[in-house]
Amino acid sequence: MIGLEHYLVSSALLFAAGLFAVLTRRNAVAILMGIELMLNAANINFVAFTKFVSPELVRGHIAALIVIALAACEAAVGLALVISAYRHLETVQVDEINLMKW
Amino acid sequence: MGAWAWLIPLFPLAAYGILIACGRKLGDRSPLVAVGAMVLATLMALAVFLEQLGGAEPYVWRAVWAVGGDRVITAGYTVDRLSATMALMVTVVGTLIFLYSIGYMQGDPYYSRFFAFLSLFCAGMLTTVLANSFLVLLLGWEIIGLCSYLLIGFYFRRRSANMAQMKAFLTTRVGDTLMLVGILLLFAQFGTVDYQEIFEALVHGKAWSPAAVTLFGLPVPLAVLGALLVFGGPVGKSGQVPLHVWLPDAMEGPTPVSALIHAATMVAAGVYLVARTYPLFFYTPDHVALEAVAWVGAVTALLAAFMAVAQDDIKRILAYSTISQLGFMMAGLGVLGYTAGFFHLLTHAFFKALLFLGAGSVIHAVHTNNIKEMGGLWRKMPITFGTFLIGYLALAGIFPFAGFWSKDEILLEAYHRNAAVYWVLTAASFLTAFYMTRLVAHAFFGSFRGPAHPEPDPWLEEDYARAGVRNPHHGSHGHGSHAPVPHESPPVMTVPLVVLAVFSTGVGFLGAPGTGPEGGSWFHHFIEFEGFREVGIHAPGFSWPVALRGLGVALAGILVAWRMYGGRKRYSEQVRSWMPWLVTFLRNRMYFDAFYGWLFVRGGLALARLLRAFDTYVVDGLVNAVGYFTVLIARIDRIIDTYVVDGLVNLVGILTRWLGWILRYVQTGRAYNYILIATLGVVLIVVWTLWRL
Amino acid sequence: MAEAVAFYGLTAVALGASLMVVLSRNMVHAAVSLIPVLLAIAGYYVLLGAEFLAAIQILIYAGAITVLILFVILLTEGATGLRVRPRNEQVPLGAITCLVLAALLIAVLTRTPWPQTRSSLPEYNPGAVGESFLTAYVLPFEAMSLLIVACLVGAIVVARREE
Repeated sequence: MIGLEHYLVSSALLFAAGLFAVLTRRNAVAILMGIELMLNAANINFVAFTKFVSPELVRGHIAALIVIALAACEAAVGLALVISAYRHLETVQVDEINLMKW
Repeated sequence: MGAWAWLIPLFPLAAYGILIACGRKLGDRSPLVAVGAMVLATLMALAVFLEQLGGAEPYVWRAVWAVGGDRVITAGYTVDRLSATMALMVTVVGTLIFLYSIGYMQGDPYYSRFFAFLSLFCAGMLTTVLANSFLVLLLGWEIIGLCSYLLIGFYFRRRSANMAQMKAFLTTRVGDTLMLVGILLLFAQFGTVDYQEIFEALVHGKAWSPAAVTLFGLPVPLAVLGALLVFGGPVGKSGQVPLHVWLPDAMEGPTPVSALIHAATMVAAGVYLVARTYPLFFYTPDHVALEAVAWVGAVTALLAAFMAVAQDDIKRILAYSTISQLGFMMAGLGVLGYTAGFFHLLTHAFFKALLFLGAGSVIHAVHTNNIKEMGGLWRKMPITFGTFLIGYLALAGIFPFAGFWSKDEILLEAYHRNAAVYWVLTAASFLTAFYMTRLVAHAFFGSFRGPAHPEPDPWLEEDYARAGVRNPHHGSHGHGSHAPVPHESPPVMTVPLVVLAVFSTGVGFLGAPGTGPEGGSWFHHFIEFEGFREVGIHAPGFSWPVALRGLGVALAGILVAWRMYGGRKRYSEQVRSWMPWLVTFLRNRMYFDAFYGWLFVRGGLALARLLRAFDTYVVDGLVNAVGYFTVLIARIDRIIDTYVVDGLVNLVGILTRWLGWILRYVQTGRAYNYILIATLGVVLIVVWTLWRL
Repeated sequence: MAEAVAFYGLTAVALGASLMVVLSRNMVHAAVSLIPVLLAIAGYYVLLGAEFLAAIQILIYAGAITVLILFVILLTEGATGLRVRPRNEQVPLGAITCLVLAALLIAVLTRTPWPQTRSSLPEYNPGAVGESFLTAYVLPFEAMSLLIVACLVGAIVVARREE
């Protein structure tokens, strides 16, 4: 019988994988992909809690939908920034984008 | 009519305003305005006088000028017999002199300005006369002082005129300052400056505090001090010794000015003031203040007469004569001859104005002031000579001319009250006859000698050239481009002479005995000090011995002088060789001027130098010391600033920079570093939370 | 039993593909590997009774966002990342942190006594979601729409080639 904990463990592992990408990747696009993983991990939790803990008003589904929409926005703006940065600086490596750093 | 008396000074004031505003446009028509205003003022004064003559009550009008606490200062005017008579005299003499000036000043580049100043003077004089309080009096007093200054220096291109005007102003200022102090003392004592209120308080004898001030070791009661301080003003304005030195120099002004201001009216203002404020002097213990007035007057009369003997300038002789006669008036007032003194003021105004205008006429004709350069003029200027002769006899005190009657009254009063003053005045009247005879003998008899050194005045010539008019050669600075041939003056000048001559003859009879009730004179009845009646002082009756003695002394003076200067043989050279020291002494004006020059001018300069030295070394020294000290402190402060304050500030800066240098390694600017730290933080928090569970 | 098989299968796909996403040097590989992860998560949603959400997940994530990412990778030079160092200097510390965090999360999530509900999900959940959105959650819904408009405009402005 697959219970709530199974989904939670899976989402925790996915979250850790996404976080590792965010922490270690130099490529901005890869960091964005890591963020997507983390968001999806969170979504899994929302949906799982809706099923097993609080199905009223399908609140978890609502939250997941909002997260998906936000993720779409984030991806659009973030990728636009990447393109803009690349156009100006000829790189997408975040540690090389340091114009405003000391 | 009394209620309309305020118009009297207003007419000449309006004329002054008009002439100052548009005198340039009026040009030669300026005198019309001035003379017109004076005629109106004269008519007004005549109306007021006639009303007083008809027995009208004195009229006083006053308005509140300023209020300070419970003390109220009022301004207004007084019409009584004294002021009405004085106002009439001033306007009549003024009108005649204005008329005369039309001819005399003809062609002057500052024709309208001259009449503007004369008009302002008349306004000031009439204000002084009609004043109801010391404050209004002071107002008019200062205006006439200013006008005197302006008119003495009317030929402002001339250095001597500038010096004379300054001398006049500064000398009279000494007296005026004393008078101002006196007025302030009165205000402090009485709480008012109104004549009437002060006099009423004086009559009731409760006003002066009995306190006395010690001056030069003598206790002087405040009453006497106040009176004497106020008397300082008349001493200055009326040229009494020792402040007489300015009046002879004031002759630098045009002759009509000398006649109007420095003979007839302004200098008489001092005498008038003493008469006006007579209670102030009268109600002093034992009339001490009046005795002082008498002595000042007597000494002035004698000394000025002496000085007049040795002068050669016709106007200076007349100026010293004026001083002497003013001394007579003061002495008359001082010996309780209230009426006598004022009467002499009146008669003197007419005959002295006459003499000055006659002298002006002569100067106009011969272009010199020096009597030694005249001579034989009686034939060439018959009208001038005739009228001058009348003025001369009046001044000398010959029966029946005006001067005889007024001088006789003064002598009579003096004879009865103060014998010493009487003898001094008698000597002065001998000298009066003497110097006037000398003048007449030199100027009108003998043969015409003509100016010895005609001296052109470059400044004045330039002025005339600029104005585009011919030099009319008046005063002593005319320059004889053509041989001067003396001739009679135009009618506009001779008519006033004739009118004044008539007055000089006739006005004396007002004071003749038998013209008034109880055998006294009419004038005595008309103007008398009320205080006398209360105390029981009666004017002495006419006395033949005194009158004859006065007349005899005057005739003796004439005869002696005629023996010396008139006729063929001249004894003056002999007299001069007997007493050269006396001649030098008198010629140098008894060294009064030199002494003042030494004491005040040199002394003033020396004091100024001393003060400058004080300033330079002490005051400036202190200031500099403060400056140096400040600079020193500033230097120390700078060191502290540089090393302590700046050091602290720099230290903070350095510390901050150092800290920043270290801390900037925390701020990598790389998002993944921050995220890692944040994650570690989360891990630690969770671990810590679990640990606690 | 079938549910368990499905779950473990989906889990294996999701975790394996996510490791590819995280570890692959080639950016194209990483991006492509993202698709199975997202699809597996969609499978989870189906298992959890959220069929509508699963459809949305496939449409937006697996369809739109992944394609967008691939486009960006192609648009940026050297996007494959083969010629550059793919990772920064904090790999060891990051790895430890991630592992510790995962362990902690698992520990906390599994030990927490979650309240178990007896009630079940509504039968037709797209309708429930729509009803919820237009009644109780209408304000977040409207805010979302505003945010999306702003993001689209912002993305266009930022990415536009400047003249």
